[in-house]
Formats: sequence, structure tokens, C-alpha cells
Amino acid sequence: MSKTIKLRKGLDIRLVGVANKVKTEVAAPKTISLKPADFHGMTPRMLVKEGESVKTGQAVFQDKYNEPIKFASPVNGTIQAIVRGDKRRILEVVIALDENQESNSTGTIDISAMSNEEVKEKMLASGLWPFIRQRPLDVIADPANNPKAIFVSAFDSSPLAPDFDFVLHGKNKEFQVGLDALTKLTSGTVHLTINGKLPSDSTFTEAKGVQINTMIGKHPAGNVGTQIHHVDPINKGEFVWTVNAQDVANIGSFFLNGVYAGKKTIAITGSEVKDPHYIEVLQGANVSNILEGQVKSDNVRVISGNVLTGDKIAKDGHLGFYSNQMTIIPEGNQLKFVATKGWAGPGLDKFSNNRLMLSAWLGRNKKYKQDTNLNGEERAFVITGEIEKVFPFDILPMQLTKAAITDDIDGMENLGIYEVAPEDFALCEYVCSSKIDIQDKIRQGLDLIAEECM
Amino acid sequence: MKFLEKIVHNMEPKFTKGGKLEKWNPIFESFTTLAFTPAHVTSKGAHIRDGVDLKRTMMTVIIAMIPCLLFGIYSAGHWEMVAATGDRSLDFWVDGGAKFIAGLAIVLPIIVVSYGVGLTIEFIFGMKNGHSLHEGFLVSGMLIPLIMPADVPLWMVGVATAFAVIIGKEIFGGTGMNILNVALLCRAFLFFAYPTAMSGDKVWMSGLSENMANGAENLDGFSGATALGDLASFISDKPVFDNLDMYYNNYSFMDSLMGFIPGSIGETSVIAILLGALILIVSGVGSLRIMLSFAIGGYVMGMLLNLVGGNGFLDLPPHFHLVIGGFAFGAVFMATDPVTSSQTATGKIIYGFLGGLIAILIRVLNPAFPEGVMLSILFMNVMAPIIDHYVVQANVNRRLKRLKTT
Repeated sequence: MSKTIKLRKGLDIRLVGVANKVKTEVAAPKTISLKPADFHGMTPRMLVKEGESVKTGQAVFQDKYNEPIKFASPVNGTIQAIVRGDKRRILEVVIALDENQESNSTGTIDISAMSNEEVKEKMLASGLWPFIRQRPLDVIADPANNPKAIFVSAFDSSPLAPDFDFVLHGKNKEFQVGLDALTKLTSGTVHLTINGKLPSDSTFTEAKGVQINTMIGKHPAGNVGTQIHHVDPINKGEFVWTVNAQDVANIGSFFLNGVYAGKKTIAITGSEVKDPHYIEVLQGANVSNILEGQVKSDNVRVISGNVLTGDKIAKDGHLGFYSNQMTIIPEGNQLKFVATKGWAGPGLDKFSNNRLMLSAWLGRNKKYKQDTNLNGEERAFVITGEIEKVFPFDILPMQLTKAAITDDIDGMENLGIYEVAPEDFALCEYVCSSKIDIQDKIRQGLDLIAEECM
Repeated sequence: MKFLEKIVHNMEPKFTKGGKLEKWNPIFESFTTLAFTPAHVTSKGAHIRDGVDLKRTMMTVIIAMIPCLLFGIYSAGHWEMVAATGDRSLDFWVDGGAKFIAGLAIVLPIIVVSYGVGLTIEFIFGMKNGHSLHEGFLVSGMLIPLIMPADVPLWMVGVATAFAVIIGKEIFGGTGMNILNVALLCRAFLFFAYPTAMSGDKVWMSGLSENMANGAENLDGFSGATALGDLASFISDKPVFDNLDMYYNNYSFMDSLMGFIPGSIGETSVIAILLGALILIVSGVGSLRIMLSFAIGGYVMGMLLNLVGGNGFLDLPPHFHLVIGGFAFGAVFMATDPVTSSQTATGKIIYGFLGGLIAILIRVLNPAFPEGVMLSILFMNVMAPIIDHYVVQANVNRRLKRLKTT
């Protein structure tokens, strides 16, 4: 029943700074952090106090409104700080690492002997649950639901994305056990979607117990949202869960070794990185020692994640929970003279999906250095048909965005809000000549739906 | 450009909040953003953005209008000379330089008035609402002169522009929010408010009515009519031409295509318009869907009317319809306005087709309006949301059907 899907629409943004396939070790960070903001819509309730010590896998906080969901510390350490913002909202829980990182393993846990409920409980108790996200709403999955399918994407097509074939090479066993655990969580199918443009690693092609689909096309072909829409679209009242490929391997690693696996391989990418490559880091690690000697200039933006959906972090900040890469690009906070680099310039140095820029007429292999300049000012929607070109869904993106802006719940439901996540609109936001923050508008729409309809 | 950047930096504090000239900030911003793409960086969502903004898009439309504008200036000069000599068969390319300068003297004031009045109003609204100039009027301001007859009084252009910008656009919320095409609304306003200045035989050639009023002898029996005016007379009791062959002698297909016939300033030369269309299509700014379906709609209506037949106008071969009057200009520059046309891909095809169809229908069958393109596009502007509604509904129904089958 595996499906092969070809996409006509989409856009591969060609940027400078793709990571070389070399993996290096970096010294362990001094601190790691858990940021509640990484889990949209979740209100944390602290389970430990400042100064208390925590062990690997021990819960640090839980979801106040869904208490079984716990968030584990990936290290042995001490709670160094609980950083709070306005209205005492918890922004970050910083954990200082102990010297001794040995942890007590409970030994291999055999999933095949466990019932579905037991697997679920084990994952909830061990802090693995936040890896599982749900559509609609693009939030942490609610364990009370029975999803009709679980989707795992075996490739990331976003700009400068890490190559999962490289990252998960040799992790066949962990990945397979992770998939086995996921199959226990649904009465439906677990879908693994591989990239049809390149040969995939055996980790993915030899996966068992899942339906392997093939996707051929430009970004957002690697987004789970696109894959769900073309393989098994979500209707109102249905749930689909999604898990990041590396997190599947980490779930598997937990069941194999009996200890919370907090390590992942991320790509350090972007035009401002001296030597873009892969490193193995702790989840939520402080980035200051990663960046040391790696950044070309001062006026840069450090992004945890990719340039389309990532979060801006400080140079001594911490990686996000779901990030598989870091991107460093120049800040664009300079005036740009109209005829050279400004709005009427030739545009040879700016990547564009629009034929108005001369760069669109150049070769298909040229790579570009893009900064964070908005390249214009926000306006009302004027141009039609441009965001549709990069949105490979049978959904009308402009109409749905407008419904989200106007809080039109019926409109959003009818136009397919249940199928989408903000990240699906990242390319629309990129190409929009009116510079509207479409992802933010969609998120606001989803929040309204969560409040009123779920 | 460093020194300019310095000036901007030095002036900025005066215009920002708390500064002396705070309320003039929108105007300051409008000019500085014209000279420099501002230093705004992304704060939410995607960290990088496409290099194209609305300014670039709108400027491309203006560039696409330049062939029409240049030809329009030249032909305005040509027809003024014709109106002075009374010789309609005057060679078009003779005395080129003099004609161009004469044309410039006619067209430039209209452009100045159109931009002057429109931008002033936009700035006032911008200051009131605290935003810099939105780019929409940069295009409208150039479209308006191109669809005026050469002899139009300047004060009328000013009044009509003010009406179109305020009633047509700003009360709806400005650029991107209007329902009707601003430039066409401007023309429609003049058409209904001052019909004698916008239609008839005397308005298309600058100075003609004045010369006639002065009783110039060489103008006895002279007609400054357009092709459409003469065609419309087929329906009246006193047709100008006895049959279509006589029409062809006066307005050959080639002359109509090249633009050697009288008409509004920018609408006559189909070649210049197609050059503009090429720029719009190649740059991806204009919708090829709308342009093509508009032309096809007009052609189909022309053929249908041929089937009915009965008088010269009904019998006119459909390809003539595409090259006379404002049909080509409307199809390329007016119908494709992204704000007022349909927004969905399917909707655009329907919108364009019906627009072309109705344009020719009004043109041929309604004796009150010698040209139907303006009214047809305005009508379709109003209908566009309904077309979109049904296209969107089809998408919604597909989703509902999927829900039912599962």
C-alpha cells in the first residue's frame, strides 16, 4: 500500500552554508535548558525547585492541564535557574551539568511483551511523550486520543537541512525499536516517508511494520504536514501524530538501554559559519561552546532550527527541544540603497522565487547568502497567486490566512485548518511580497480553534 | 550613498516619536523608504524573506506602461496637428520631433495633476492613519492619464482623481482593500459626470473643439470621431459609413493594431500594449490567465454577434474588436489588477472570460455607451468576490466529501 507522490509546487531556497558530512565531538556544555515555549500551548508546573539536583530522565516539570505528560532532564545536574518572564511565566529551566553523568539503566525493555497501554504509560513516565506531536493544532499529542495514523518523515527538505540519512546511519536498531513503540500507540498505520530524489539509508528503507511512502519534490516535501495531506488527510475530529526521525531513534534507544537518551546529531549551518558540519550535542545544550571560533562576524542571528521555522536564540542561549540544526545568518539591520541592494536593485545577490529578481534567471545551482532584512514593509495582501505557487496542498492558503486573521472559525474549519501547522506556511511567508507574518496568523487561528472547537 | 544615509540618520530623530516633526513621520518615511529599503528585520516566523516587495512589483507595472505612454504622447501630438490642419490622412510619422513635444505639452500636465492630486490625498490619509505611502496609487496615477481623452480639462482630471482615491479606495481602507479599480472608477466618474468631455467626436484630438468653435474653415465637415464612434453610427439613422468596406478603408486592421487611430491617450497602440503585456507576463506580475481569457471572451462575443448580424457593427469581424477602443488596454492593465480581480486561479479564468464577453456585448448592443470595456471591468470587479466564493466553495465541498466517505 505504499504510495509515491510527486509534487509540482514548492520551492528549494538555495543558501550558502550546507553542512559537510563530517561529525565532530564538542566538549559537553556547562548548562542545558528546557524551554516551555518550545511546546506551544503547554503550561508547565514545576516538579523540582531551584538548587535541587536531578538525574537523567527525572521529570523537571509537567503539563499543568495534562498531568501525565512530563518533561525529563536529559542529564544529571542541578537546577541552576528557573527564568521567569512577564506574569511569572516560566521561560526557561536551566540545568547545570554534574561531572558524573553515569545513570542507572533499568536494562532493555522488551516492547513486544508489553501491551499498548503499558508502552504509553512507560513513555509518559519516562519523559518521552513530548517527542510526539499531534495534528490538528501542532501541539504535544494528547495521550487520551487514538490517532488514525502516525507519520515520521525520513528527510528534511527545508533550507540547509541536516541529512537524516547521514545523521541516523547505523542506528537501524534504535530506529526500528522506536517505530515498534509507535505502532503500539495507534490502531492505524505508522507511515514513514522517504525522499524519492535520492537513495535513502538502510535505516529507513529496511524499516519494518510501517508503510513506507515516497515523496518526490521540492520543499515542503519533507514536512510531515505535506505528507499527511497527500497520504491520509485529516478530517475534522481525527487525529494524526507526528514524530521527528531522530526522536524516533531516541525513543528506541530508551527501550533498548533503559535510560533517557538526550543526545542528538545536529547540523551547524549557514553562511556565517566558518566550517559547517555535524556535531553530537545534548538536547537543549548551551550553544556558546559550539559557536566558539565558528562564527565569521559579530552582526549575526543565531537560529535554533532552520531559517524558515526556527527560533532566534542568543549567542549564549540554548538549543530548542525539537531542533535538528542550527543556522547562523547575517542580520539585515542596515539601510539598503534603492538602486544597489534596495528594492529597485538588480537583485543578482538575492535569492527569489519571483522572476522580478534577476537572480531567478540565473543558474539553478547558484547558492545565495541571505540576511534577515524584511526586504520591504508590511502591506495588505495585494498580489494574488504567489503564495499558492509554493503551497502543495489542496487548500487555498490566502483564503485560509484571511480567515485566520479575521477570527472566522467556520471559515477556517471549512478551508482546512485541521490539516495544517504554521510550518506548512513558512514558504508562503517567505515569498509573500506584502511581508505578512503568515505563520503567526495561522498560529493565532489554531489557538482560537483550540479554545473554541477542541 | 553614504552621505545620503547620513542625512537620513541625522533627520530621523526629528520625525520619530517625541520629535518636533513627529506627525510628518509618514511622509518622511515614504521618501526614505523610496531611497533605501529600510533596516527592518524579521521578528516572527521565517527569518529570511524574498527580495521582492510591493514597491518593486508596482514599479514593474509602471515600466510596462512606458511603451503606451510614449506612444500616447506622440499620438496626442499627431492628432493635435491633425485637428489644426483638418487633414485626417496626415502621415503619422512626419514631423516626429514636433509632434512629440506637442504631445508632451498635452500629456505631461495630465500626469502631473493625476499624481499631484492622488498622492496628496494618499499622504493626508497616511498621516491621519500613521502609515507611509502605500504603493497602489503609483500605478493608478499613471493609468489615469492613459485612459483620458487628450482634450480633457485638467480640473476634471483632478476632481475625478480625488473622487476615485477617496470614495474608491481610502474609505475602504487603502491599497489592497478597494473593490473597484481606482483608475477605471476615475474614468467612470468623468464619463457620467461630464459626458460631453469624455465622449463624442471632439474630445479625442487636443484643441479640436476650440478650433471648431473659432470657426476654422479647414475644419468644415471634419470629424474627430474614433473607430468606435463611427461603428456605433451603424445603429443610428445616419450611419457614417454605408458598409463595412468603407469602414475598413478608414480604419484598417493594421492601423488599429499599430495605433494610428484616435482614442484615449494610451489605449490606441495594441503593439505598445502587447509590449507592456510581455513585460508583465515575463516578470510574472500580470496574470496571463486573465489577459488571455479576457481576449478569448471578447473574441467569442464578437463571433456570436456575427451570427446575429444585421448591421455593420454586428457584422464586424471579432479580431477587429480586439484592436479598437480600450479593449487591449483594459485586458492587459485594468482587468489584471490583483486587488479587484478574482483571487483564485480558476476564478481568474472565469472573471477574464466574462469581462471580455460583456465588454463587447455592451460595446455593440448598447447605443448609450460607445465603449463597454470600462463598464464591463467595473462590473466584473463587483462580481469577482462572488466568482471566488464559488471557487472556494468547491474546495470546501471536496473536503466535506472526503469527510463523508471516510
